[in-house]
Amino acid sequence: MKLDKFWISVVVVLVAGFAFTKLVDNEFYFFATYVVLQGLVMAVAWNILGGFTGYVNFGSAGFFALGAYTMVALNKAFGLPLPVMVLIAGTLSGLLGLGVGYISLRLKGVYFAIATLAIALVLETVVNNSHYLGGAAGTYVIQPKESFIFDNYIELLFMFMLLIAVVATAVSRYLSASRLGMGLAAVRDDEVAAECMGVPTLKLKLISTTTMGIFMGLAGSLFPFFVTFVDPVSAFSLLIAVNSIAMPMIGGTAVWYGPVIGALVLGVVQETATVTISSELNLLIVGVMLVGFITMAPRGIVGLYEDYKAKRKGQNNG
Amino acid sequence: MAEPVLKVTDLTKRFGGFVALDTVNMELNDKERLGLIGPNGSGKTTLINCISGALTNEEGTVNFNGEDITQMKAHKRAHMGISRSFQIPKPFGTMSIIENLLVPMEYAAWDRVDHRNLREQAMDILELVGFKDRADENSASLTQVDMRKLELARALAAKPKLLVSDEAMAGLSGSEVDEILEILFALAERSVAIIMIEHIMRAVMRFSERIIVLDAGKKIADGSPDEVVSNPDVEKAYLGE
Amino acid sequence: MFTPELLLNAVVAGLMLGSFYAAVALGLSITFGQLDIVNIAHPTFVILGSFVAYIINENFGLDPVLIGVLFMPIFYFIGTTLYRVYYASFERTGQESLSGLAFFFGLMFIIEVVLILTFGVDYRLVEADYIGQTLHLGPLDFPYRMLVPAIAACIVTGAVVLYMNKTFMGKAILAVSQDRLALQLMGANPLQVKRIALGIAIATAALAGALLIIIQPVEPSVGRMYIGRIFAIVVLGGMGSISGTFLAAILIGVVESIISTFYGPSWAPAVGFGILLLTLAIRPQGIFGRA
Repeated sequence: MKLDKFWISVVVVLVAGFAFTKLVDNEFYFFATYVVLQGLVMAVAWNILGGFTGYVNFGSAGFFALGAYTMVALNKAFGLPLPVMVLIAGTLSGLLGLGVGYISLRLKGVYFAIATLAIALVLETVVNNSHYLGGAAGTYVIQPKESFIFDNYIELLFMFMLLIAVVATAVSRYLSASRLGMGLAAVRDDEVAAECMGVPTLKLKLISTTTMGIFMGLAGSLFPFFVTFVDPVSAFSLLIAVNSIAMPMIGGTAVWYGPVIGALVLGVVQETATVTISSELNLLIVGVMLVGFITMAPRGIVGLYEDYKAKRKGQNNG
Repeated sequence: MAEPVLKVTDLTKRFGGFVALDTVNMELNDKERLGLIGPNGSGKTTLINCISGALTNEEGTVNFNGEDITQMKAHKRAHMGISRSFQIPKPFGTMSIIENLLVPMEYAAWDRVDHRNLREQAMDILELVGFKDRADENSASLTQVDMRKLELARALAAKPKLLVSDEAMAGLSGSEVDEILEILFALAERSVAIIMIEHIMRAVMRFSERIIVLDAGKKIADGSPDEVVSNPDVEKAYLGE
Repeated sequence: MFTPELLLNAVVAGLMLGSFYAAVALGLSITFGQLDIVNIAHPTFVILGSFVAYIINENFGLDPVLIGVLFMPIFYFIGTTLYRVYYASFERTGQESLSGLAFFFGLMFIIEVVLILTFGVDYRLVEADYIGQTLHLGPLDFPYRMLVPAIAACIVTGAVVLYMNKTFMGKAILAVSQDRLALQLMGANPLQVKRIALGIAIATAALAGALLIIIQPVEPSVGRMYIGRIFAIVVLGGMGSISGTFLAAILIGVVESIISTFYGPSWAPAVGFGILLLTLAIRPQGIFGRA
């Protein structure tokens, strides 16, 4: 395989991440970067459906929480090794994604979006009523003592999330650049025309929703060990749902790197605001940035940059 | 005589209580040029939706190349070589003109195209409809007339064995209609059967070897252009009683 | 434990609850059902109405229902302004579907966070003489904190039905999404019609919010529970039919009340969403053809 810039960057990012765990001691940095990476995975996953096929998922928090609570249940029942549990959690929310994909057969546009919101709320009600999962009061999760080759458990979680983020981004990039991506874009632009041009629309939508589900579940799977206390309010947090929409919208939904840019920008702004001002205000920032970008720059940062480039080019030529 | 390319048998399509198509039968041979006409709401578009798979019919069968495709999904029918244009243009709006053509080449015509030079093949089709120099323009900003040309170009890019052209010429100038007719004639030579739905009678009469007339979901005439024109039922359907 | 009396009281409570739900769903029925504007922030405007009622009640002791009515003009103005923004940003450019949805989602979030920043996440309530008292008719109980909102909700729903059917602008609103031709023949300007309609929709939220805080204490994120509920009501009620909305609201209210009486209140929130999912799954796509 040809080594292109993308794969070189992947290696660089992973090596830098690992070096980061060896060189930095202050745990705060790992907490902060972990949150940014978690947002990045959610944003990239959301965009695989929302940006590529145009189906809006309002229920991101439901997928995330399914991943998180699968871990809580597995950990409580069997106490399996972390990677095994993470894979099971990802598989389960992938299956939920598959189910949501079948919903898209009947429900388009707004109805699909509301149905996803409904699914998240139904899941939340189930968890609220499940004694085993801690119900509305929440439950504690104990971090394992040993942290593999890392100094402490947070570094391990950070590195694991970095890996998930890299894989999610690579998958998203592959989907958008391949023949599949062209089919997905055709579905987004006009589903009927796509089908008549030979695009197996249902199959592509199922691939898209399942991939989205898997990565959202993976993002949520590490959450219980990260916070060590999970309750429905934090696992089904509206902030998770809003962030996973806001980050792609701010970065730009049309290309695979849009949500990555959006997640990094918004994530860093949020983490900075949380530290320097207050965590409530950072919620406000997300809302205002989301509304600001969709009303004034609907193609996101990527769109703004492209416009800027086009303008520069126009000036140079003229 | 060879097996017909398309054979529709006793096709009935209902929407709730409304009968849109009532036991319609039709056949189409290889390379044949068929005109499909009828007043508004007579079921023309419903019929081609049932043929292309955008709708499925519960009663009656559709056979293509000797295979029963009644239950087959639209994208599979496209793979088999049924391609259509839409009356109301449905371009892939975020894509450029040439990308619009690459979609059917990468999907519908996957087994029929040479994958080494897709872009050149797409350019050849664009040249046919006069878009040679505009391949990278965004398709959403085209005029209605240009969108119709794109519709046809995209349908051609699927390398069809049966092409359904749903009012591809509405709004085109006289010379543009002639250009499109030339393209369609050339295609029919290359072993493509064509169904043309058109309100421009001059075009239908000139193009079609055979014409089928629908009225209120029923086939009321099926014959050569001259026969159909002199058919009293057809006159009644168009002029009213 | 099941007794006929308990069931009867659950149904009566459900009827009152359902009437109130109608007042909450009314605005969405207009925006979503008639204007094709997916205002998922509607419940948040209702919560805003609750907090307005709370502030005025706390400071001046006014009756919450009266406050709701008094603030309707201000909410009307918010609604018309909202339509101007929505039109300029999305409808005009034809991007209403995805971006419009995300816009209201963001708006919902902003309002909620501003309320949290201002009032915290504590539950707030209003005071009025009748809250806490109950009307007894034979075996039936009518707590006034339910009865008053139910009656007020019936009145506002009736008023909107009358307005839609009897006035020129009301008829224009009914025509604006379904019948462009009729609208043209009436000589109405669709933008003005939609602006007024969104104004009315948000105005009903002022009253609905006041009613909500009479029924139960309110904190900023309560609105989210209402999203599924009122979308279920509007979809069940046949998209934009006000009387259909009312009947659907009653149905959901009664079902929720029975579930919460016999299975516990923590399951009630899933009723709306559950019914919504079922409705969406069972009703054929054709009925929702325009989405």
